[in-house]
Amino acid sequence: MNAVATPDLDTITAEKIVDARGAACPGPLLEAKKGMATVALGSVIELWSTDPITKTDIAAWSAKVGHEFLGAVEADGYDRVFIRRGK
Amino acid sequence: MTSPLSIVLFSGTEDKLHAAATLAAGAAAMGRPVNILLQYWALDAFRTGQIGKGHRLACEAEPGAPADAASLPWVETLRMAKELGEVQIRACAGSLDYLKLDVSELDALVDSAGGIASFFADAGDGSITFI
Repeated sequence: MNAVATPDLDTITAEKIVDARGAACPGPLLEAKKGMATVALGSVIELWSTDPITKTDIAAWSAKVGHEFLGAVEADGYDRVFIRRGK
Repeated sequence: MTSPLSIVLFSGTEDKLHAAATLAAGAAAMGRPVNILLQYWALDAFRTGQIGKGHRLACEAEPGAPADAASLPWVETLRMAKELGEVQIRACAGSLDYLKLDVSELDALVDSAGGIASFFADAGDGSITFI
C-alpha cells in the first residue's frame, strides 16, 4: 500500500509543498501536520522527506486523524508523499 | 475521548529528554492530549537559560555517543508539539521545593507548577510512562 508509484500521483498538483528533507522522525510528521493546517479541506499537500520511514508513518497518521494518504513516489534521493486533507 | 499520554519526566539527560519529546510530539500529531509532569533532574533541564544546553547522557549510553544525533533538538520538538497539539507541561511542586526553584525560573514551555493530584486528574485511568 505504501510507496506505490502510480500515474495518478504524477498528475496531482499539490496545493502546498512541505520540504522536510534532512529531518529525522518526528520532524516530517510535525511539518506535515503544520502544513496541513494551512490548506483547505480536500486540498493536497506534498511532503518531501529523506527519511524512508516517513511514508509509512504518514499513512498511519492519515488513517488515525482522518486525512487521505494518496501514496508516495521516489524522487532524486527523497520521497514525495501525497496527502489529501480530510478534516 | 482519546486517553491522554501521561509522562512523568524525571531524567534530565539529553537522550531521555529527546525520547520524551518525540513521544509527546507523536501523540500530539495523532490528536492525543499529552500530560507531562517534570520532576527532579528534568525540572533542572528546563531552567531558563539552561534549557537545551545540557550534554549529559543516561548512564546506559555508549561512551562517545552523540548527545543529539537527530536533526531537531528536543526543545524544538517539544515547542512544535505544543504548537500543533494539546500538550500540558507541569512542574512538580515538590521537586521545585526540593531544588529551591520557582516556576518563574523555568522556560515558557512549562505551563504551570502543579501538584500530583492535578497530574493524576488529567491522566484519568490511562497509563503513566516514567522516563
